[in-house]
Formats: sequence, structure tokens, C-alpha cells
Amino acid sequence: MESIFNFSGLTIFFFLVCLGYGAGTINERRHYRSLQTREKQLSGLLVVTVEEGVDYQSWQRSELVTGSVVISIDYFKRVLAAIRNIFGGRVASYESLVERARREAILRMKEKAAAHGYEFVVNIRLETAAIGSRANQKRQIGSVEAIAYGTALGDRQK
Amino acid sequence: MIFTNIGVVPGKEIVEHYGIVQGSTVRAKHVGRDFMATLKNLVGGELRGYTELLQDSREEAMTRMGDEADKLGANAVVNIRFATSSVAQGAAELFVYGTAVKVE
Repeated sequence: MESIFNFSGLTIFFFLVCLGYGAGTINERRHYRSLQTREKQLSGLLVVTVEEGVDYQSWQRSELVTGSVVISIDYFKRVLAAIRNIFGGRVASYESLVERARREAILRMKEKAAAHGYEFVVNIRLETAAIGSRANQKRQIGSVEAIAYGTALGDRQK
Repeated sequence: MIFTNIGVVPGKEIVEHYGIVQGSTVRAKHVGRDFMATLKNLVGGELRGYTELLQDSREEAMTRMGDEADKLGANAVVNIRFATSSVAQGAAELFVYGTAVKVE
């Protein structure tokens, strides 16, 4: 009987799931809180996705600013997503992962722009890529990278 | 060298176009970082090693693109786009391209 259940393997699996659930939930909550406070701090810096309709000649300074982050999913959510793969439907655990990654990338870009004294970021583009040793395998996505980039403008002349 | 991802260089005027310039780099992470990433994969959260690696690589790709533009006699690159692909296990390609121009 014991050989069928493979007891030690099962114990390790449950330990990893519990560890993933505990630490992953704490990590995610902490990240959401930090995202909210930092987004509030930087809400004065305007970021737009449009390129046209801006009077570029009135801005004297410009620079390409980028922000990127690689975030990994925890073991518990990965198991959840694998189960979801059988039944189909919304994979909520990955939704929150990519959302956090994008928000973080945008924030880092804004932080960089603010640190250099820019007042406005135009034509922001977002990109997401699957990264990691399993990125080429179909079954699992280890982690996602989000990049945000745009042109920061400063020194406006009236 | 001025980089923008819009069609113009703010506050300046484009006087000459030199066509497309590109830069790319393929990077693999080192074993220590990969080990840490495996641990981090269990608890979730940011993989700092990877973030740094990709950032450095992207800067390197930008430098290469800048060098190419410099060789053509350009002093700015406009309409820059980034792309990332995972070419082999554990290696990532960072690719950046844009249009080299001369501004005054």
C-alpha cells in the first residue's frame, strides 16, 4: 500500500503547497499594498498611451524611460492553475500575477522619470514575456516579465 | 545620442533619416541566480536576479543600437520598440530597434 501512495513524495508535495500558499499570500498582499501607496505618490506624473496631439516643440528635454520586473507565481497557485487547465475557465491566480507585474513595471518607469525631473510620459507601451527555464515548455509558465517604456518629457516652455 | 519611442525628438527638428537600426543580445543567467530563482518559484514574488539580468541586457542592446546609429552619422534614434523572446532553455534574447535620424 505504502508504495502506491509514495508517502514521502506526498508529504513533500503538501509541504510545498502549504509553504506556497502561506508565503505567496503574504507576498502578494504586501506587494498590492506597496503598489497602492506608490501609485498614490506618483499620481501627479501623467502617463498617456497616445503619441499624437502633443505639442512636442514646447518641451526641451526628452528621454526614453523603461521599467521592468520579473515576477514568479507561488507553488500553490501553480497547482491551482494546473487544476484549472483541466476544467477550463478563468485562471484567477495568473490574472493577479500579470496585473501585479504590469503595475510594478509602470511604477518603476514613472519612478525613473520622476527621479530625473520629467513631468510627462507619452506613448507608453507595455510588453509581457514568459521567462524562465520552463518558458519554452507548453505546460507551465514559471514567471512573467513585464516591460513598460515611453518617452519622458521635461522643461516645458510657454 | 537621444532615444525616443515617438516619431519626433521634442524641441528639435529632424533633418535627415538613415533608416532602421537594431541591437540585440542573448543572455543566459548564471547557476547561482537560477538556484535562487528556483527557490523563489515556490513562494512567489519578484525574481530580482532576472530583473537585473534583463535590464542589463536591454541596456547592452540599446548601446549596440546606438553604436550602429553613430556609425551612420545619426545623433538620435526615434520610434524605438522593444521585444523579448526566449530562444533556448535558460537564455533570453532582448531585441531593440528604431529609426536613426539626425536632429538639429
